[in-house]
Amino acid sequence: MSAASLLQARALRHPSFVAGLVLVLLLIAMAALSLVWTPWPAGEMDIPHKLALPSAAHWFGTDSLGRDVASLIMAGARNSILVGVIAVAIGLIVGSAVGLTAAAAKGWVEELAMRLSDFTFAFPAILSAIMLTALFGPGIVNSIIAIGIFNIPVFARVTRASANAVWTREYILAARVAGKNRLQITLEHVLPNILAVIIVQATIQFATAILAEAALSYLGLGTQPPQPSWGRMLNEAQLLMFQAPRLAIYPGVAIALSVLGLNLLGDGLRDLLDPRLARRR
Amino acid sequence: MPLLEVDNLTVTLATGRGPARAVRGVSFSLDRGETLGLVGESGSGKSMTALAILGLLPDGAQTSGRVSFDGRDLLGLRETEFCRVRGDRIAVVFQEPMTALNPLHTIGHQVAETLTLHRGMTAGAARAEAIRLLDRVGIPEAAQRVDAYPHQFSGGQRQRITIAIALACGPDLLIADEPTTALDVTIQRQILDLIASLVDEHKMALLLVSHDLGVIAENVERMLVMYGGSIVENGPTEAVFARPSHPYTRGLFGARPRLGGGRGVRLTTIKGTVPELADLPQGCPFAGRCPLTIPDCSSAPPPSIALGDGHAAACIRLDAVTEAA
Repeated sequence: MSAASLLQARALRHPSFVAGLVLVLLLIAMAALSLVWTPWPAGEMDIPHKLALPSAAHWFGTDSLGRDVASLIMAGARNSILVGVIAVAIGLIVGSAVGLTAAAAKGWVEELAMRLSDFTFAFPAILSAIMLTALFGPGIVNSIIAIGIFNIPVFARVTRASANAVWTREYILAARVAGKNRLQITLEHVLPNILAVIIVQATIQFATAILAEAALSYLGLGTQPPQPSWGRMLNEAQLLMFQAPRLAIYPGVAIALSVLGLNLLGDGLRDLLDPRLARRR
Repeated sequence: MPLLEVDNLTVTLATGRGPARAVRGVSFSLDRGETLGLVGESGSGKSMTALAILGLLPDGAQTSGRVSFDGRDLLGLRETEFCRVRGDRIAVVFQEPMTALNPLHTIGHQVAETLTLHRGMTAGAARAEAIRLLDRVGIPEAAQRVDAYPHQFSGGQRQRITIAIALACGPDLLIADEPTTALDVTIQRQILDLIASLVDEHKMALLLVSHDLGVIAENVERMLVMYGGSIVENGPTEAVFARPSHPYTRGLFGARPRLGGGRGVRLTTIKGTVPELADLPQGCPFAGRCPLTIPDCSSAPPPSIALGDGHAAACIRLDAVTEAA
């Protein structure tokens, strides 16, 4: 059996990984489907039928403006994923570059990079996201940037720590002896060996990003109407907590299951990709 | 002109306990096609000497003296220049075959790396050359196994692969840092024979670092004995083995276990332990442990006294040594 199929077999026996994968695929499927079809046009108001209970026509009922909740949940998934992917991509690309450079250059470059990371880290993530969107205006673009910025030091730290460990290995010395310069070694030898760590961190940061986006939208600083957002749905449901608690439960459960799924997937991946545990072949 | 000339090389490392001189005033030269052995215990500075020649000392290390390779000064060389020398003109075989290969790349890729880097070969040409090299070092079915990963080979085979990598660009100088220490005895013999035949075939200079006197005896024409960062004795291998002169060298030779000694025979040891690099005494590094120590030993590093035929030892009490023999 090849290494890939062995990994696949182990993966499918790992409960966290499977559970996480199912939830995440569900999330992605929902978002993808919403691009071409939702039960009702998402966001279309129908005041005569507002606050309807769940029925065959409206699976989750309607909200205070008669909008179909199920459609809003599906469309909201799109935004969560969009923000998550782009923000994590920003953090991953910039953060990993910083971390790899710090590990390769050492000396004052490393010190500077890490102190800047520490500085950014010192501000609670949600707070800095709020501050940035409050300063530069609400909206999906600014919230992506804000969340992306607080992802950078996370990736920088994780990459630097793993890269430092790889730099001490003897095949790196062998590569230097062969005449490779630090950039070549970083890209050809160090990066492939820390990819597993970066992937796991990205999955976990995705979960944090979804939460952050929901928090920002709840506060009115994230996705703006008419674009659907789970966080804003929670905010709107607050006023009707005693009349129609179900309106808070649907987006709440959606957020919770997405974050749970991603965390389970991340844990599962970490177990599967950890070379120390992979020796049972 | 000698291929490699090391003149009064001193390496100072930055340790937690202050500056430590790992290499003190080491001088030797190596001609093309010559073989030189560097013997010493762990901590004697032999690996540091090799790393200093390659410019791969740890951050914070300071060097002084002169290292000249083919007429070029290596110590002052800029990193980009050095990258061109390493792998192409000077190559290294390391001690640990299990960790010297990147587990994520195929062996063919790793052998071809220096070829594409220094010779600008295309991937196809490099691969063909890699197969030829793997075959030359004794990897069976090289053409089929060129795409295998390091974990699919045994320790001895991995060491052969690292030798193939070292030889790829036909270097002038091969530094072998304890190449057989991590292998079992029968494989050791094969690897050393392989290195010897390749050195002969390519007319390379060989710097063989080892703590094993048996390995040194059979593989190098001249040898240096290092202790505490200094060379305590040097000369043609035969001469040093016939007449070990420095007290430390005599201690090393005396400490070898002998077959047929009968039960209950205690092994001879050199009393004491190697001092910490940061605590080395001012004079002779062996002062204190040496049975012939006198106060003058600690005042200044002993000069190298010639014993004839290129054999020399750095000790002020050589006459006492021969008396005690």
